[in-house]
Amino acid sequence: MKSAPFKYYVPSEIDEALELLYQLGDEAKILAGGQSLVPMLNYRLLSPANLLDINRVSELKRYSLTDEGLKIGAGVRQREIELSPEIELAFPVLHQALTNVAHVQIRNRGTICGSLAHADSAAELPSVMVALGAQMVIRSGVGVRAVKAEEFFKFHLTSDLEPAEILTEVHVPKLPAKTVGAFEEVTRRKGDFALVGAALLGQWDANGQIQNCRIVCSGVAPVPLRLRFAEDIVNGTDLSDQVLVNVQQSVMDSLDPTEDIHTSSHYRKIVTGVVVRRGLSRLVDQRGAANGSR
Amino acid sequence: MAVDESRADPVEDKSWISVTINGSKQDYLVEQRLSLADFIRNQVGLKGTHLGCEHGSCGACTVIIDDRAVRSCLMFAVQSDGSSIETVEGLAIDGVLSPLQESFQANHALQCGFCTSGFLMSLVARLREGPIDTESEAREALSGNICRCTGYSGMVAAILEQSNSIQGIKENS
Amino acid sequence: MSQISEIKENLTVTNIGRGMIRREDPRLLTGQGKFIDDLPFSDFYEAAILRSPHAHARVVSIDTERALKLSGVIAIYTAADLEPIMKDLPPKVSHPKLNYQIRLPMVKEYANYVGEPIAVVVAENRYIAEDAVDLIEIEYETLPAVASTHAALRKGGPKVHIGSESNVAVHIIQKAGDPEAALKTAPHVIRETFKITRGGGHSIEGRGVAARFDPITQQLTVWDNTQAPHYVRQMLATIYGMTEDEIRLIAPQDIGGGFGPKAQFYGEEVVIPWIVMQMKHPVKWVEDRWENFISATMERSQTHRVEVGFDEDGHLLVLKDVFEHDQGAYCVGLQVPTITMSTLPGPYVIPNIHSELISCYTNIVPTSSLRGAGRPQAVTVMERMMDRIAEHLGMEPAEIRRRNLIQPDQFPYAVGLLFRDGSPLTYDSGNYPALLEGAVDRIDIVKFRRDQAEARSQGRFLGLGLSMYVEGTGIGPYEGARVRLTNSGKILVTLAASPQGQGYETVYAQVAADAIGVDIDLVEVRHGDTSSIPYGQGTFASRVTATAGPAVWEASELLKSDLLAVAASLLKCDVSSLALSGNSVFIESEPERRVLLYDIALVSNVGRHGMSVPRDLPIAIERTAYFKPVQAVYSSGISAVIVEVDPETGKIEILKSLLGHDCGNVLNPMIVEGQILGGHAHGIGNAIYEEARYSEDGQPQAVSYLDYALPTAIEVPTPELFHVFSPSPLNPLGVKGAGEGGTIPVPGAVANAVEDALRPFGSRICELPLTPERVLRAIYDHD
Repeated sequence: MKSAPFKYYVPSEIDEALELLYQLGDEAKILAGGQSLVPMLNYRLLSPANLLDINRVSELKRYSLTDEGLKIGAGVRQREIELSPEIELAFPVLHQALTNVAHVQIRNRGTICGSLAHADSAAELPSVMVALGAQMVIRSGVGVRAVKAEEFFKFHLTSDLEPAEILTEVHVPKLPAKTVGAFEEVTRRKGDFALVGAALLGQWDANGQIQNCRIVCSGVAPVPLRLRFAEDIVNGTDLSDQVLVNVQQSVMDSLDPTEDIHTSSHYRKIVTGVVVRRGLSRLVDQRGAANGSR
Repeated sequence: MAVDESRADPVEDKSWISVTINGSKQDYLVEQRLSLADFIRNQVGLKGTHLGCEHGSCGACTVIIDDRAVRSCLMFAVQSDGSSIETVEGLAIDGVLSPLQESFQANHALQCGFCTSGFLMSLVARLREGPIDTESEAREALSGNICRCTGYSGMVAAILEQSNSIQGIKENS
Repeated sequence: MSQISEIKENLTVTNIGRGMIRREDPRLLTGQGKFIDDLPFSDFYEAAILRSPHAHARVVSIDTERALKLSGVIAIYTAADLEPIMKDLPPKVSHPKLNYQIRLPMVKEYANYVGEPIAVVVAENRYIAEDAVDLIEIEYETLPAVASTHAALRKGGPKVHIGSESNVAVHIIQKAGDPEAALKTAPHVIRETFKITRGGGHSIEGRGVAARFDPITQQLTVWDNTQAPHYVRQMLATIYGMTEDEIRLIAPQDIGGGFGPKAQFYGEEVVIPWIVMQMKHPVKWVEDRWENFISATMERSQTHRVEVGFDEDGHLLVLKDVFEHDQGAYCVGLQVPTITMSTLPGPYVIPNIHSELISCYTNIVPTSSLRGAGRPQAVTVMERMMDRIAEHLGMEPAEIRRRNLIQPDQFPYAVGLLFRDGSPLTYDSGNYPALLEGAVDRIDIVKFRRDQAEARSQGRFLGLGLSMYVEGTGIGPYEGARVRLTNSGKILVTLAASPQGQGYETVYAQVAADAIGVDIDLVEVRHGDTSSIPYGQGTFASRVTATAGPAVWEASELLKSDLLAVAASLLKCDVSSLALSGNSVFIESEPERRVLLYDIALVSNVGRHGMSVPRDLPIAIERTAYFKPVQAVYSSGISAVIVEVDPETGKIEILKSLLGHDCGNVLNPMIVEGQILGGHAHGIGNAIYEEARYSEDGQPQAVSYLDYALPTAIEVPTPELFHVFSPSPLNPLGVKGAGEGGTIPVPGAVANAVEDALRPFGSRICELPLTPERVLRAIYDHD
């Protein structure tokens, strides 16, 4: 389990990285945290001719939390975001999801953007970013473009990134006042990829009704799956027990999840309903706090 | 099957790196695809860091880089240039076991000992962040490493004993 | 910390029975262990192996030309280059009726499982060797594969081995009493089918072989992290046509876990040393995790169809079990399924038994012993049925067990079947009621049932599972120990068996120190080198404590009598007046009249040049003993587990785990507890997490720890332990094996607990491991 040979490039400027990537094209893989890429190299599932290490690009190692929201560069480790008390306060659902990403040794090295670019549909971060309405900032030699998280993920392990592009940053917009959130998942072991997961966000209005609810599931489809039909059921309701039962049933009735060696489609169908219901009931738990404090 | 010239003639490029290993700084010429784990084991000659899975799951190869526990099988040596690396060989000073190592022995927290280095390095990094006061915190701290021999009970006991004695020292001073 | 303290009364001991900390630990804790890949083999070439990517294929052609051109590649070997050693690797345990299929060290024509070795690349390092593996071009003709016993038995289906008429490896029936008649007359008969899937050993260190050949001495030295160094040496000597003295087999001082797969014999172990002799250059091969997943032997896959007959009071009348065992592509040994057969009756009086094995070949990596070795399956089946009987009669599961247990005054107890060692299955000793009542008292079943009822009223589902077992341990034929007075006046114990974490260097120093009476600090233990002791068997089947233990004891007693005789001669007194303690022998009534062990060594070992010694003076103070047990000795135990099942997700939480254990006298309670705790974790893995899945065409689906769920510290709770002491009358230490007991009852107990928790749903738990998927299916598919 030793990597096949590759030519190693370690640019220190983003422009240099983009130039190299342009030249090398699809003969190159970008190495950020390497926590998903290096196992694939060691198993020789991938043997790229060139490895472009972006860990020395100082511009990418920054994150900032401002009134606009959170910006995370491609070199920022998951653990840095997890350990920031300000980010935990501003985006508790992101923090909660991060604590479920593998184990601390992986998060110490793995990057937020790397996990997103890897686009594993059972991973925590893609679904959370879709729920948070994040924007992917993608750069290439010819320019910059922004893609909504919801449109970024194309298939399991496939994103919107072209070979000459780098996901340089993810922008998470500031959450509206009184936003509540929850991250729920069912895994075999702590730290495993989700059999079924869900990231939920919403706002309680003055009438005690949930608004702008977003429900995004991981593990059930080739991409993070936003359950708009479920959002439509719950928006404008008080998330009463009856609503929760209805939405659970509706999810169970509507979904046709993927099947893999970890579990069946049938299991995911049933448990996605459960996970969504449980996530929503955690939003209910936060109703008082949301109205009181913010 | 088409002949793939790039594969038939592997890139022999090497890079110089400068790393501090257990406090001593040195320069090494490393092959670019050499894993950090193989570098530590075969080039530096510190064999206490073990390879159990080479895909980042078992934790046997865990070392501390710049104060963070990481999998040395998931990094290339060339990436460690300029960093400070701590391995299991740096824990005992002049052959005297550290308190955590002593607790491991007293609580039968190891059997075959192959995974032990990785557990120790994970725990050393974790204990620098703060004490581990409860069994569930101890289990969380252990959960990034796999042991097939012990069932983890001795390690949980060792951590709690260790943390309690640190607490005790703090309270008494 | 230890709850184990008793010891056999007739032994005068100071070290045995104490939970001494281990001598091995300081080196292991400081990264100074001597594992095979840590040894300074700096001038060795490294090997990588091309393995079959197909479960069943004919190798049409192999082209190594491009690979050989790669810079750094030294040589490539295929079966065609290794004709002299393309010899059969026979099963460890066979049977006259075995439909035998030859297993070669490497594929000659047909690859019969994914992972079977086809070519060996030797290169300057492992990186280049793996590059070259990728450059070897092989043309395969793929053939239909058989990936389950069900598929193997399908009429007209494909055959695992081309040209064979049947996929059945062996069909064996053992009977006690008249089971057919009893089934007809039993007032109640219930039936069920249980399925247990494949799991692996997963020592964190893989397998490894390195070798060097000295052309001057013609000595082949092989380093092999095997559990059975003498067995490997014998196999190599036979295949190579060498004598045992020409091969020195060294199991390194530290081996990173064994658990059974390292006790088997593999093609790699034949090929690597042979290549070394051809190349006249040392080579090492260390298995990586991917190779371990696809080429190390596994276990557990069995399908049981079981019937039990019983009377109104719940007394067992008859047990009939017909089971399919997945042997894999070759028969590496029949020990696992034959152990299953004899483990089924467990601690219960069952007058009529029918145990029937249908072992099948499949196109999957061979199965062989793995911690528990056929017992977890048998115990799961029997203990599931005990719970079903209790349910059928509306009785508490503990009560149904209580009514059927063999009583302490019934030993030796003949079950009526044969054990795997060929001897009648006769339990030597035990106290099964003490195990059951010990668990019942600690669990407080009455209180639990109240809690369970209350939880159910709140929509929470708790369950209790019990599981009991009897385990044959300490099997023959023999194990050896050599004890020597060194010239510096110390005691050196040399064991034939090599450890993989069981602390032999500590435990056998305790035994030798007590047998001789010396200070334990003077005793050193070495192991695993065939050049230090000529014969041995190895570490497997929980056998070493009960075989090497008595061997060390006996050799040490003989050595002590030598020491006393020399001292008597030097002190000019009678042996009976002497005592031995610390580092000297002295006259008990005049302790100042003493000789040091060092003095004895000078006189009897070093000697004075050319001078005669008295006729009766023992010289060359060294004694070797081989202990041969007359039969297995039987450990026993009980597992009790309380779980909570989330009926919406199928997740299981273990709220409490309890293990009662009886391995007779205990040499080092800390180490025995460690064995039980580690075994328990393996049992939890088998119960809930671990599954080596294969596709229908024989492709392994779990080749990483992302897909194969080894439990971590979060999944494994610390069990409460209690011990019962039933010393074996069959060896001088009264000991029995303890290496596997923690694993054996746990899957059955968890399965019982989950079914108990889900009783309101009428769920039937019939397949392990209990993944969330299976649990949910049991809830939804109950009717």
